[in-house]
Amino acid sequence: MAERVSPLAGFEPVSAEGLRIAEVPFLTQVNLRADPESPAAAALGDALGVPLPAEPGTWARGDADVLWLGPDEWLVVGPPGGAAELESRLRKAAGEARVGVTDVSAQRTTVLVGGSRSRDLLAHGCALDLHPRMFGPGRCAQTSLARAQVVLAAREGGEFAVLVRSSFAAYLWAWLLDAAAEYL
Amino acid sequence: MLLIPCPWCGPRDEAEFHYGGQAHVAYPDDPAALSDEEWARYLFFRDNPKGRFAERWSHAAGCRRWFTLTRDTSTNTFTNTSAAPEVTA
Repeated sequence: MAERVSPLAGFEPVSAEGLRIAEVPFLTQVNLRADPESPAAAALGDALGVPLPAEPGTWARGDADVLWLGPDEWLVVGPPGGAAELESRLRKAAGEARVGVTDVSAQRTTVLVGGSRSRDLLAHGCALDLHPRMFGPGRCAQTSLARAQVVLAAREGGEFAVLVRSSFAAYLWAWLLDAAAEYL
Repeated sequence: MLLIPCPWCGPRDEAEFHYGGQAHVAYPDDPAALSDEEWARYLFFRDNPKGRFAERWSHAAGCRRWFTLTRDTSTNTFTNTSAAPEVTA
């Protein structure tokens, strides 16, 4: 089998006082479409160990992370290599209901931005208010970061998961390094 | 730049949105029965009011949902944001 190379394999992680930038490659990502009011949505929540987040712009952690993408759309993010199992588990939970389960693991890679300067760094290219009061742990958003479309998810300790399309990853990494110059 | 209130994601920059033009333009009941002029009027003719204007927006860089907002074209203020805006999938 051909060796898998992540979009950011050629870049060294950054670790400085107050700022860490590192890729987490090959995470399992499954796009989920379902009517949030339907019994199928509840069954999908049971299968994931956490109810599908109904509040816009929030994510929840069960067996996998479940990110709200739209009123009837979620992104399920799990550890690498679990796409087939996760997809079949969700399909089984959905049964005959009108539910869309799509493996999109290759669509995006994940960049973790952590440290006390993480919010300052992202604010260089993101129009959202990232203050912990507005965008604390458990919040997520689809937005633009330096004109690249990303999914942002805030975690504990001021850490952000930035999910970016594979073809934009190198650009975004270069932009992050450039924007981080004053913190390194 | 406009700060557009997406009914799902909250206020976001205009750059994240795609404009869809005038809202509530009904598709003709029987398009084949229209004359060329009537068809062209359906396709190309839109209101251009000074004041309140119901228009379609798509949150293209966010939740990717289409919705309808009423914007005042002279002040660029959105007027129907307190009530739940009309949303179509």
